[in-house]
Amino acid sequence: MSGEEFVPLSLTPLLIGIFAAVACALPGNFLVLRRQALIGDAISHVVLPGIVVAFLLTGAISAWPMMLGAAGAAVIAVILIEAIRRLGKIEPGAAMGVVFTTMFAGGVLLLEQTDTSTVHLDVEHALYGNLESLIWLDATGWSSVLDLEALAGLPVELPRMALTLVLVIAFTWLFWRPLKLSTFDEGFARTVGIRTNLLGLALVVIAAIAAVAAFDAVGSIIVIAMFICPPAAARMMTNQLEHQIGWSVGFAIASAVSGYVLAGYGPLWLGAQDAVSAAGMIATMSGVILALTAVFGPCRTRAGAPVQA
Amino acid sequence: MLDLVSNQGTSPTDTLGDSSLAIRGLTVSYGQKPAVFSVDMTVQPGAMTAIIGPNGAGKSTMLKAALGIVKPLSGQVTVFGEPLEQQRARIAYVPQRASVDWDFPTRVIDVVLMGLYRELGLLGRVRSRHKAKAMDCLHRVGMRDFADRQIGQLSGGQQQRVFLARSLAQDADLYLLDEPFAGVDAATEKAIIGVLKSLKDAGKTVVVVHHDLATVTDYFDHVFLINTRKVAEGSVAEAFTADTLQAAYGGRLATAQVDQLSRVVG
Amino acid sequence: MLSDALLLQLGYNASLVAIGATLLGVSAGVTGTFLFLRKRALVSDAISHATLPGVCLAFMLMVAFGGDGRNLVGLLLGSAVSAWIGLLCLNWLTRNTRLAEDAAIGSVLSVFFGLGIVLLTVIQTMGVGRQAGLEGFLLGSTAGMLWADAVVIAIGGASTLALILLMRRPMTLVAFDPEYAAARGLPVDRIDLAMMGLVMAVTVVGLKIVGLILIVALLIIPPVTARFWTERSDRVVLLGGIVGGLSGYLGAALSASAPNLPTGPIIVLVSFGFFAISLFLAPNRGVLAAILRHFRFQRRVHLRQGLLALAQGQPIYERLTLRLLTRAGLARADGVATEAGKARAAKALRDEKRWEVIRSDQTHEAAAALYDGLRDIETVLTKDQIVEIDHQIGGPQGVPA
Repeated sequence: MSGEEFVPLSLTPLLIGIFAAVACALPGNFLVLRRQALIGDAISHVVLPGIVVAFLLTGAISAWPMMLGAAGAAVIAVILIEAIRRLGKIEPGAAMGVVFTTMFAGGVLLLEQTDTSTVHLDVEHALYGNLESLIWLDATGWSSVLDLEALAGLPVELPRMALTLVLVIAFTWLFWRPLKLSTFDEGFARTVGIRTNLLGLALVVIAAIAAVAAFDAVGSIIVIAMFICPPAAARMMTNQLEHQIGWSVGFAIASAVSGYVLAGYGPLWLGAQDAVSAAGMIATMSGVILALTAVFGPCRTRAGAPVQA
Repeated sequence: MLDLVSNQGTSPTDTLGDSSLAIRGLTVSYGQKPAVFSVDMTVQPGAMTAIIGPNGAGKSTMLKAALGIVKPLSGQVTVFGEPLEQQRARIAYVPQRASVDWDFPTRVIDVVLMGLYRELGLLGRVRSRHKAKAMDCLHRVGMRDFADRQIGQLSGGQQQRVFLARSLAQDADLYLLDEPFAGVDAATEKAIIGVLKSLKDAGKTVVVVHHDLATVTDYFDHVFLINTRKVAEGSVAEAFTADTLQAAYGGRLATAQVDQLSRVVG
Repeated sequence: MLSDALLLQLGYNASLVAIGATLLGVSAGVTGTFLFLRKRALVSDAISHATLPGVCLAFMLMVAFGGDGRNLVGLLLGSAVSAWIGLLCLNWLTRNTRLAEDAAIGSVLSVFFGLGIVLLTVIQTMGVGRQAGLEGFLLGSTAGMLWADAVVIAIGGASTLALILLMRRPMTLVAFDPEYAAARGLPVDRIDLAMMGLVMAVTVVGLKIVGLILIVALLIIPPVTARFWTERSDRVVLLGGIVGGLSGYLGAALSASAPNLPTGPIIVLVSFGFFAISLFLAPNRGVLAAILRHFRFQRRVHLRQGLLALAQGQPIYERLTLRLLTRAGLARADGVATEAGKARAAKALRDEKRWEVIRSDQTHEAAAALYDGLRDIETVLTKDQIVEIDHQIGGPQGVPA
């Protein structure tokens, strides 16, 4: 495909997809190891009510209030889950189920009660995003990448997602050592002075930020796939956390690229006319990768002897 | 017949600074039943102390509260005469082996390097001298050849020795170990006790939560008997007697067993 | 309008939907209780999301064979098949790989949903207007429901409930004590699978009313709510069913009474209302009761510790202890015991000694097991026994018992 076609139509969605996948996969590694994978599930469901409330408060569809609203909803959800778990002595899975379904239901109800017909805000969009529409109309070809005027017309989602990715990478790099230590042995981590509760909350907040930024492009359910599938697949490939992170980034990029390409061109190869949902296809591809590693991965089973109680 | 209550606690005049670890009025409760109730403990510097008591007597809970891992309902902890937070660098902790998931993707050497966390900080590079130190710690517990193994491939005893090596890397003055001999093979038990004795010889203080009454007199010079409340504390000769054992274990230890042990104790 | 709705006066369809929602709520509440007690509540989230590709494939198949594609029975059959495949994937992942159940749930849930969305977009391109209604399965939609569909839902709800009643004995056994159940020769694996089958049935029946994203709420919230009120397993099941049924009924009626009140979210919010009330106000496990109990307990611990310190002439380390002692008139602000305080302290110390005797004497083993540092000795021993123990201790007499 020529640059004139690829750069304006496919370059930005592809980059956004890759950035989103990597930004989610990095904290996802720790969530999976901490048995908190479903926190990602909860966060992505409560993004909708957060956005709706932000819209009701500001009366406009603008990016930053919505990001704030969604991040705020995620933090509230996490606090509520923790509170219900402790106060009611309820197992975490059930506590999560209570909180995120209720908040999601509240979001849907608010949305139905509000006149959003004039703006682009609906449940379907929230659920499966709209990656394909994030095109770069000002681009004419590869030369536009160096053209300041054309660059000014980039969809805002691209720099936003890139910024989020930088933040996630910085967090992971800076707190790598305490994250690894407290994920492996929380009691010991506390005795060397790591504030494990605070660190755990920071990890969830970073995951929430990644989810909110990615949400806009790919929708909330697909975000869950990005959190869990690449790290889970990476887990089957290696017994070393450093390598696992590398594999998960690789798998995230692979599923983003293959998913986007298959969604756009797959139907054409099969003789159909129109493309299918790129976000859905990215999730499907991450599932295919997970399935392959679960069957063939060198480290797919639990290592060594099971822990004796 | 028994005069245990009167020797509880310490006189108000004692100076906490003389002890490696001092606990005063510690009560910890899970829900409505205290696991540890109003316990005082004073650990002598340079001694090897065993914390013993029946299952569920609050041994591990007391250790965790002393380390700030669980939050007590009341009580104070001082380490070398100062609040815990200021003395963290001088404490090394060996948790129960079963408290972590050994399927975690990491190698033996990486676990030992975790002991250098305070030295390395957030971003300090792991240099060859750090590696050498970690290897030396592994050597001391007889695990040098396992440095590059994945931790899931180790046996229970080997896992315990890796945890001990990690605590050695901390270069502490006070070592707190939670059931290090539980479910390990004889060779490991021998290796661990050898390391602990060498720590003691180097002037370090060692506190061990212990469950095997038969080895107390061989391994330790001080004991602390607990059953929710403190039962007795002191040198093995003073505090590890048929009476104190009966008081700590009550009906749970058959009389014959107590007799046998008291013969060992003398 | 609302009273009409509550009394089922809003026409056949709305009434049938309300009946269907009630039956669904009861079924979901009861099934969810078994799931909750097995600590596998969120497995239902994976099952419900996994229905989407099945719905879409069933639609495409029916269209391919010249049908209308919107036949509810056909769509529900399709959803059941793909939910079952999702469940098998989930079980396979947790059993044969190192993944924990949470990661397996998350991956099955998101991948199946992603595939479903791909198929939805395929359907959208198949022909204009044809896909109408499939999005309704995401969040449920009862508006403009066909009479035949309402009947399907009511029958589905009733038959699921009948199946649950039929299976409740073996499921109860497995949920509460799988090892005992296995020892009695029950096929635990198969009963577990049957339990999941019921979860799937509830999900499938609920698709049209509540939608696949929110159906999990009906399986989780009522059991959790019920758990606050009772410690007895059979009552949790019963209460779970009642809360679920009430939520379904009230929610459906409320949503029929006014426009812009989508049925699924309203049912979920009603059940959450029940949950919130229970969380705060339930007598034993509720938050309010727990807070009161904690403060009372903390006061007792501090008072007791303070008295023992007074009796042994030790300093009082905690400020709270001293404040409680002075407020009770047992000590002065400088930590010196008053006369009343001295008497109480002596009694506390004597009780401690009595406990020591009890706990080292095998004949009192049952009483000794009740020791928690706080319990009054009079509650475990008779007066005569106390006198007997005092005799053993010796020392000063005349301490008030």
